[in-house]
Amino acid sequence: MTAIALGTAADRPASSAPLAFGLLLPIALVNAIGFLAPVGYLFRMSFNESTGGGGLRETVTLASYVAFLTDPFYLGLVARSIGFSIFITALTLALSYPIALFIHRADARWKTLLTIITISPLLVSAVVRTYGWMLILGDQGFVNGLLKGAGLINAPLRLINNSTGVVIGLTEILMPYMVLALMAGFGRLDRSYEEAALSLGARPWTTFRRVVVPLTAPGIALGCLLCFVLAVSSFITPKLLGGGRVFLLATEIYDQAITLLNWPLAATMSIIVLVIFGLALVLYTRILRVLD
Amino acid sequence: MEIGRNSWGFTALVIALYAFLLAPVLLVVPISFSNDPFLAFPPQSWGIKYYLALPNRPALVGAFQTSIVIATTVTILSLAIAVPAAYALARLEFRGRDWLASLFMAPLLLPTIVLGLAILLVFVRVGLLATFPGIVLAHLTITLPYALRVLSTALTTLPPSIEDAAASLGAPPLTVFRRVTLPMMAPGMIAACALSFLVSFDEVVISLFVVGPRLTTFPVEMFRYVETRTDPLIAAASVVLILGTLGCVLALERSIGLMGALGSKRV
Repeated sequence: MTAIALGTAADRPASSAPLAFGLLLPIALVNAIGFLAPVGYLFRMSFNESTGGGGLRETVTLASYVAFLTDPFYLGLVARSIGFSIFITALTLALSYPIALFIHRADARWKTLLTIITISPLLVSAVVRTYGWMLILGDQGFVNGLLKGAGLINAPLRLINNSTGVVIGLTEILMPYMVLALMAGFGRLDRSYEEAALSLGARPWTTFRRVVVPLTAPGIALGCLLCFVLAVSSFITPKLLGGGRVFLLATEIYDQAITLLNWPLAATMSIIVLVIFGLALVLYTRILRVLD
Repeated sequence: MEIGRNSWGFTALVIALYAFLLAPVLLVVPISFSNDPFLAFPPQSWGIKYYLALPNRPALVGAFQTSIVIATTVTILSLAIAVPAAYALARLEFRGRDWLASLFMAPLLLPTIVLGLAILLVFVRVGLLATFPGIVLAHLTITLPYALRVLSTALTTLPPSIEDAAASLGAPPLTVFRRVTLPMMAPGMIAACALSFLVSFDEVVISLFVVGPRLTTFPVEMFRYVETRTDPLIAAASVVLILGTLGCVLALERSIGLMGALGSKRV
């Protein structure tokens, strides 16, 4: 054991720590200035006191946390953000699962092409995709135009500047992530298991529920974690499709920080988002343990 | 015709789901050829009015130029910083290596709305807000993890035995790196460049926190425009943006393949 360890050490330069230090110094500096210091200061800021109108007093107080946790508006914000994100995650899963299953069953040539088509929206800016939904869902948009042309409605359906628009837009934005996560977890799924179940007399729906879903459960859990986390922290789509009428944690962080300049409260809400992230991660690891 | 082992009904369902997924991007194209003063589908008059109007929008054109310069700077710096870092993490032995590797990937775990606010708070204090170096530094924070991941994947899939062979034949370490390691990393470096450029050019949430009235980026300017007005101008801008991205991706696909660029194994 010792001999092997010594042998490996002899193959490499004895001490590469000074060289490694030099090579890693630039990235460490960027990380320190752009990540570590900001996150540390964000945490510190959440204990400062806002004196209103953008004023700030350096102190150590839980005032922002107390204000946040005792105000029904903010508690409603947290509840709505979490509820919204769970609903959007479920919808994204329902719409993405068939695509992932289809790609998994397709032959190699189609598999590559369909995978590229599925992830191609990720290369388009979220602003552009959200704007696309405004074209589709607006009062004179694609959907209302079609319905009006068919004589089904007289007044346009209100599909944007409310939560309907946010749900539809975010679901589409998150679908590529969900499909990728599901595909990563589909490795254990073999068509022969389904065929075995079917040949033993199981109905197709029973086969799907009892064979396909359990085998792909780890991928489902991963995709749901990813989409939930992205939904809770999404900003562009709720801001644009919500039209200032849908209040969620991320949009409120921005408004408090940029419009109202209440940095301690914005920092506090950021910490709350991170706590929600942490809880989601804990739940995910629990679920994975149960699945094993 | 069945695609693989999928039945007809299932194929139809999946086509409908793809239509939903691709609809917003695809519908931007016809709307960009609308001459209407507002968003309507179908447009009442067609033309290229808004394409012709694009160059006459100083705010958009200025922001576009700023974004190109920032993304180019960020790309060059990402490569210059991430190549040595990837080499150190993949080829050198030192204490705390795994810990450092996780630390350098960590910025991607943070939601951009939180990271953007955090960067704003620090930049205000040190005078980096709404400055060129400030925006570049903020973008580097999230492009470096991507570049590092792609380059590390490239390095770890290459056997160190070739470098060892060069060294045992008497090549000094720097020559080995320059003549053997760097050329082998070339595809990874192209992928890291493309990814850094796209991430920087498309970045909007963090940028919203660090830009200022005199210095703003293209996605931020588009966001502000869409927030206040809805006319087909942004559709025309979007089509230009999509074509630019497509050009980047095709160039990447030509040189190394998209799947290789994303760091996954070739199927």
